[in-house]
Amino acid sequence: MAVTKEQFNKDFGKESFFKQLSLFDWIWAAALLFGAGYAWNKYSALMDNYEVGILFGSAIALIALGWYWKATRNLMIAIAAISLFAVSLYGNDLGQSEQNFFLKFLVSSQSATMWMSALFVMATVTYFVYLAKPNEFIGKVATSMVWVATTMGFVGLMVRWRESYLISHDVGHIPVSNLYEVFILFAIITALIYLFYEARTRAKGMGAFALTIISASIAFLLWYHFEKGAHEIEPLVPALQSYWMKIHVPANFVGYGAFALAAMLGVAYLLVERAQKRNPQSSFVARMPSLDMLDDIMHKTIALGFAFFTVATILGAMWAAEAWGGYWSWDPKETWALIVWLNYAAWLHMRLTKGWRGAPLAWWAIIGLFVTTFAFLGVNMFLSGLHSYGEL
Amino acid sequence: MNKSRQQKPAGLWLEFLGSMNLAITMLVVIAVASVIGTVLQQNQPYQDYIIKFGPYWHEIFKVLDLYDVYGAVWFLLLLGFLLLSTSVCVYRNGPGMLRDMRHFRLNMKEKSLRVMRNFREWTLNDSPQQVEQTFTQYFNNKGYRARRKEHEGVTILALMKGQMNRLGYLFTHVGIVVICIGGLMDGNLGLSIKEWLGGIKIEKRDIAAKEVPPISRLGPGENWSFRGSITLPEDSVSNMVFLNIRDGYLVQELPFAVELKEFRVEHYASGQPKSFESDLVIHDDQLEEPMEETIAVNHPLIYRGYAIYQASFSDGGTKMQLKAWPLFDSNPQPIELDGKVAARRQIETPNGVMTIEFENFKEFNVFPADEELAVAPDKVEQSEMVRGGTMGQSSKKFTNYGPSFTFRVRQPNGEAREFVNYMVPVRQEGRYFFLSGMRESQAEPFRYLHIPADDKMSVDRFMRLHAWLNDEARVRRIAEQSARQAMSEANMQDKQMLQNIVTSMVRLTSEFNRGGYQAIDQRIQQTVPEQQQMKVAETYLKILNTVLENLYWELLQAEGVALEQGISPEQGRWFEDAVNALASMGPYSSPFYLQMTDFDLRQASGLQITRSPGKNVVYLGCVMLMIGVFLMFYITHQRLWVMIRPEGQGSRVMLAGMGNRNQTDFSKGFDSLADELDRHYASRQ
Ligand code: HEM
Repeated sequence: MAVTKEQFNKDFGKESFFKQLSLFDWIWAAALLFGAGYAWNKYSALMDNYEVGILFGSAIALIALGWYWKATRNLMIAIAAISLFAVSLYGNDLGQSEQNFFLKFLVSSQSATMWMSALFVMATVTYFVYLAKPNEFIGKVATSMVWVATTMGFVGLMVRWRESYLISHDVGHIPVSNLYEVFILFAIITALIYLFYEARTRAKGMGAFALTIISASIAFLLWYHFEKGAHEIEPLVPALQSYWMKIHVPANFVGYGAFALAAMLGVAYLLVERAQKRNPQSSFVARMPSLDMLDDIMHKTIALGFAFFTVATILGAMWAAEAWGGYWSWDPKETWALIVWLNYAAWLHMRLTKGWRGAPLAWWAIIGLFVTTFAFLGVNMFLSGLHSYGEL
Repeated sequence: MNKSRQQKPAGLWLEFLGSMNLAITMLVVIAVASVIGTVLQQNQPYQDYIIKFGPYWHEIFKVLDLYDVYGAVWFLLLLGFLLLSTSVCVYRNGPGMLRDMRHFRLNMKEKSLRVMRNFREWTLNDSPQQVEQTFTQYFNNKGYRARRKEHEGVTILALMKGQMNRLGYLFTHVGIVVICIGGLMDGNLGLSIKEWLGGIKIEKRDIAAKEVPPISRLGPGENWSFRGSITLPEDSVSNMVFLNIRDGYLVQELPFAVELKEFRVEHYASGQPKSFESDLVIHDDQLEEPMEETIAVNHPLIYRGYAIYQASFSDGGTKMQLKAWPLFDSNPQPIELDGKVAARRQIETPNGVMTIEFENFKEFNVFPADEELAVAPDKVEQSEMVRGGTMGQSSKKFTNYGPSFTFRVRQPNGEAREFVNYMVPVRQEGRYFFLSGMRESQAEPFRYLHIPADDKMSVDRFMRLHAWLNDEARVRRIAEQSARQAMSEANMQDKQMLQNIVTSMVRLTSEFNRGGYQAIDQRIQQTVPEQQQMKVAETYLKILNTVLENLYWELLQAEGVALEQGISPEQGRWFEDAVNALASMGPYSSPFYLQMTDFDLRQASGLQITRSPGKNVVYLGCVMLMIGVFLMFYITHQRLWVMIRPEGQGSRVMLAGMGNRNQTDFSKGFDSLADELDRHYASRQ
């Protein structure tokens, strides 16, 4: 019996990627392009060519992200809706942040950031409860909290962006310009990467570990806010006034976030391995993903981090070529980026070409986080150089 | 990777250089070596190192080239090794990878398929031809490319997808090689070799650029890659830059000249700097007329392959109109002077001829408003980097204290103190003060004298008060007046006693004038028994205050201030501030106070001029690297084989597959393909 074309198509379909997209996918793309076009139309006077490129490039990247990982569309829609709501409440008066109820308690950049912080910490606790008492519902609550926290974190940054322009036109800038702002970025990007792997593997046991590092960054953020008043919006020093910042910094933080997550998975790996040796039937082992899966996700996050870190470092070099007069000056921050990069390159080679797996790489990923943290924070605290932001 | 075979020595070398162990070792070693240069500040003046580490360690560090790690021969050798290792790796693996990309591996045996991790088998009613057609179509739709072979009735389809992964390997590793080559083109290896061969010599003396001998000069074309810097005062021209090398420099000549018309700093409303800009003019015979161009941070000028950057700024010789108020005599007449940054001038004082060395001028002094002034103005720097610049973290408000200038006063014996004086009065707690900071060494913070501004916002009244304090006759007369008055109020008339009182009043006042309250305190400690010290101090202070008050009263009268209503609260506060300032005049210990009345700003712009022909090579390598990494991570080179054997009326089909990475994902993908085929056939059986 020959296969008819109809039969074939019925069983297999013709799986062209674009054919798989639903109407909503196309509406999604149209909406983002429309948004970018609107922004361009309204603000093109303030943008140079590169910035227009970045605007449309981001729109395309977000379309792709929404197509690839559908859940992010809800996230983006929520962020856009809440941010626009906050911006409309502000009007042209920054003072509204104290007067308007919604702004004061919910969606001004400060409030949103506080909500993010609270939710991340609560999610951490919930994930630990889940580990102790695996219950579908608790797991769902924890996941939802991370989603909402991430939403609020992004809202905090978006609204902060607007607030900076309300302070004064020349003060306005994208909020990735100092340590306070990038700590928020770090928390939400790490959370997003975690959510991605959670959705793919349905292994919520990792959450307790991933959220621990996020909570640690929240602790720092709060300390930085209350002890140092770092939440104040500052104008940009001339060195940071460049479109490069808009792409260099976020790319870097995908790297940092992924590396941080990998290290936490390394911790999880080692603990699960130990528990398994003691008692393979223990409930902890049962609730955590398998060792193979942890190892696999650890590898994937390091690969993701490495790829973005490569891009970020190269973008940094290009920026340096424009701002400092040379693409490479062996400035401490630059050098430490190289160290981090070489470290993970060695890690990847060990795995791919030497076939290393499991515990040694888990340890190495943890050490890698220390190296990365030094590159991210330590350099600013202990070494002097040209990188201007984030002195403690 | 290749297993070792019987090889010639050259082959063994290649084996070693291209080995993964060496590669990983190099990656880690370079990472660790790079740390050194970040912990030890690089390329500082040698003096600083000697102070920090002592001569012994300094010598060792110097020999190891730790002060310029990234330019050190051993570090370059490490990088060279990595470059070599990567090249050899590409040389050895590259061709194989390229072959692998194109090769479909049609010669698979059933046995080999069966041992693969991913394997499925079906027995179907369809004829082998039908099965082949369906499978070919199916995998075609999934994006696989296919090759077919028939051998003894058995059909083999070899399918492949994601070959680009292999290109990823090539791109990544060739990219690294290319980046290293570009970096080498821009490194100063050539210069080091030239120096080593004796062709050039690093100049270490602090002499004018014109006087630098030819052996330390590089012609315009002689050095194709460099990073030099120059400080250009406004309205000056230069056709060369300095290359800083270790503890010396070389002069690099340019094929054109750069003129600085104007340097500008713009500020935000809050006072922080917003932009640093230089208006440049390029003079070049190749140009029909000079080219005007403005550069700013992040906006360099690229001209003829040379890039000109805004790197820093400093004073370029600002001229200042000054008044020197003598602090040693009773005549409050200031001397008019002029000064210029980086110049010096002499001034006569009772302690001999002193030299004023003008060090720096700053038009703006912006400090966080909530920081204590005594801390803030120390941040006065000679030259400021514009590339980094720190960002205030906590302070929301900034205040601008206006122009200031720094200078040293050098005594005949060579000792010097450093001063920083502000031009306009600064508001503190509602009152205005002229600030003058003094310190004895750079290691100390400045200590500030707060001279209260008078009604006309000038120092005149205070200077007069101070001068009168120096006027012994006047002090004596005032002392006498007040002593007489006090005695007559107490109905006493003792000539001798009056004399005693007046003498001690005068002595007290002059002690205060010389050393402030401390001097009086010291005197009490030395001469008065302990139980009475408190009481005596109280009395002394009262006496002193009486003299000062009367002096002040007389001063106001002399100025023609109406005093019928007594002294106003403002005048009273001014007096308190003045007394405080007088009390710190002693420690201030300068024979004069320099007041700036006007200035003619001349700034200098620190330019960095570079040439880096390797840049585009590096960028090419970077692009390859980025593409390569993504190809390698996110594309899996997948191979599938379909083997179809006729079996009775129908056929037996085997599907096997392997991917070169992400085995778990590959297996999942494989299973879903096989499941789909399963369902297709199940529905039709
Ligand atoms: C700065 C130096 C290097 C960097 C940044 C680098 C980077 C990478 C990366 C990112 C991968 C992919 C790893 C993965 O997919 O998980 C890789 C794979 C590989 N590298 Fe390197 N590499 C470097 C030097 C070397 C050297 C010197 C060798 C020679 C021994 C080498 C041999 C390989 C091999 C054989 C693979 C596996 C390719 C495959 O099978 O697909 N690499 N490299």
